Amino acid sequence: MQILIKGGRVVDPANNIDGIFDILVENSKIAKVAKNIKDEAKLVIDAADKIVLPGLVDMHVHLREPGREDKETVESGTMAAARGGVTTLLAMPNTFPAIDSAENVSLLKEIIKNSAKVNVLICGAISRQRLGKELTDIAGLRSAGVVVISDDGSSVDDQALLLEALKKANQEDVLVSSHCEDKSLSGNGVVNRGFNATRLGLRGISKESEYLRVERDIELAEKSGTRMHIAHVSCSESVEIIAKAKKKGVKVTSEAAPHHFALNEEAVLGYDTNMKMNPPLRSKQDVEAIKKGLKSGVIDAIASDHAPHTENEKDIEFDRAEFGVIGLETELSVAITELVEKDVLDWKKLVEKMSYNPAKILGIAKGALGVGSDADIVIIDPSKEWLVKKEDFLSKSKNSAFIGKKLKGVVEYTFCSGKIIYKAKE
Amino acid sequence: MNWNKKDLLGLEELSKEELEHILATAESFKEVSTREIKKVPALRGKTVVNLFYEPSTRTRVSFEVAAKRLSADVINIATETSSVKKGETLIDTGRNIQALKADIIVMRHNYSGAAVMLARHVDISVVNAGDGWHEHPTQALLDIFTLKEKLGRIEGLQVAIVGDIAHSRVARSNIWGLTKLGAEVTVCAPKILIPPGIEEMGAKVSLNINEALKNADAVNVLRMQFERDELNAFPKQLEYFKEFGITKERLKEAKKGIVVMHPGPINRGVEMSSEVADGANSVILEQVTNGIAVRMAVLFLVAQARDINANTH
Repeated sequence: MQILIKGGRVVDPANNIDGIFDILVENSKIAKVAKNIKDEAKLVIDAADKIVLPGLVDMHVHLREPGREDKETVESGTMAAARGGVTTLLAMPNTFPAIDSAENVSLLKEIIKNSAKVNVLICGAISRQRLGKELTDIAGLRSAGVVVISDDGSSVDDQALLLEALKKANQEDVLVSSHCEDKSLSGNGVVNRGFNATRLGLRGISKESEYLRVERDIELAEKSGTRMHIAHVSCSESVEIIAKAKKKGVKVTSEAAPHHFALNEEAVLGYDTNMKMNPPLRSKQDVEAIKKGLKSGVIDAIASDHAPHTENEKDIEFDRAEFGVIGLETELSVAITELVEKDVLDWKKLVEKMSYNPAKILGIAKGALGVGSDADIVIIDPSKEWLVKKEDFLSKSKNSAFIGKKLKGVVEYTFCSGKIIYKAKE
Repeated sequence: MNWNKKDLLGLEELSKEELEHILATAESFKEVSTREIKKVPALRGKTVVNLFYEPSTRTRVSFEVAAKRLSADVINIATETSSVKKGETLIDTGRNIQALKADIIVMRHNYSGAAVMLARHVDISVVNAGDGWHEHPTQALLDIFTLKEKLGRIEGLQVAIVGDIAHSRVARSNIWGLTKLGAEVTVCAPKILIPPGIEEMGAKVSLNINEALKNADAVNVLRMQFERDELNAFPKQLEYFKEFGITKERLKEAKKGIVVMHPGPINRGVEMSSEVADGANSVILEQVTNGIAVRMAVLFLVAQARDINANTH
């Protein structure tokens, strides 16, 4: 089947393109990118005044399946992804069971095969049951199809174990993604440490608990010569540490979550548990540092850290509520609203952060709109505003930090391998 | 002024005028407790539910007496937080109490923000009787009321708050209330018990008790809870008393008429000596008496606001 996307502004940093072009999709691939394509097509989409991007690649998503299908499933999570323009995502391993063995990878692969609407890559665990005690069989995970390993949700406290994991990961060419948190410092904290925590009477999570661990993990990555990815960077000190390491030539990449550049700790006043996440919302200065890091390139990628939780786990006392927010359906619009509209990033840079760079970090042939590329395409209306409503989410969980907010940029179509997997309501 | 808040959740959200209005209302209610028949019909036919998730005798009893002197019906629910974990959520409990057609929930809860959350989910009034480390507005109001009664004003006073500031809702509410009314507040404690950013709330910090007492017109002494994990690092009770305890000797160096307050219950010989607790500067029992008037005022005002709101809709 042929689809012709006509007259849209195509933004494709992989091919250094930003201009009005037509795109012809044939079967699952991009067949042509040119001005005024005359080919016949079964479906012609008028993309005038629209922006056409390569499908987003989100390298930090909790799909919750297997084990917590009440929060999210591969099916509901990937439907949410499609609505958000995400065509490839990395599923984190903190499921039940954890993705810590080749068997469990196979189990998840089977679920993905049967129900995923977008491309789902699998992140395996670094340690068995993510307990930080015993290494998983990294070679086994790799041959089962894992591309990244992480104990995400927990940091690996044991340095020797992490060093061993890094060495193995290097041999197997697997990326290590690091959740940086020293639990002995963050303790039972629930919000950013400081004035706001004090006035709310809530326990604080210090920035040290994050950046001291970023420092340590980068040192271990350097020592082992292994590339490392730092997940959900939230504070200025972490940005500085990563900047220094990059300058030095350490193979380190990093990501930031939309809530960490769109919201600061003051959003927690009022005890809205949809503002409770880990790492927590930080100070205004930290938000600025994250934006600066995105602009300068110290932060390579934007990833949602999509973390669905049921209402029963969120509509309770702040201390008892689960950490985390959903993000797949809002990340692109939040990034447009906070970064493009506010001149932090131009469209090309935005596509780099949300598609091209994460694809490169993951080592996959995605994030591009060249001839022969997989036809993973998003068409957005960049000028349209929308109101985030709880009842509109396709995710099984509704714990968004952006409910009630007006965002710029609406996803009109999402294509995955040449198929329309999402189309906005008229 | 017109009072239009159906809830009292904390002093942070109140204006100076609102604080003054509560204090003035309390003043008019104080006389009721001196009558032979200590009762007015202001809340006749209203139901007040005391919902206490944390053991508390004095605050609960004070609210109960206040409600009864206003002729309200009072129901006490005491529940252990441990059973809450398995059982009903706070929101469900609140909605059930609302379905009983109660008018006011007075809640004590061990988690910060619990009263704020409850108020968002019920239409009836919520009065915060202490939530975690967050706020204990009626305690601060009765402290301020007592202080004003003793010294004639709040504006320009120097008030020291001594003790476990980090974990104290009483300290937080006092800082908000006192600073809004124009007093200067100095908090004094071992460094480990000073929470980060407290200066941004408008308080000065002193780590030395003699320095904190030096120019103080009043000192509010907090109860020390040595069972807290965080206090393991701190030398035990005797050491604390030596460094921060309020003693007769220390008061000799302070202003002559310094007012000594304590929210109770007192650990004699830990935060303050018995001599000070029972001495001429102490207003601790007057605080208890004033607590009734202040809580009568708060119950009256929130109930009235709800009636007015109901009539205008």
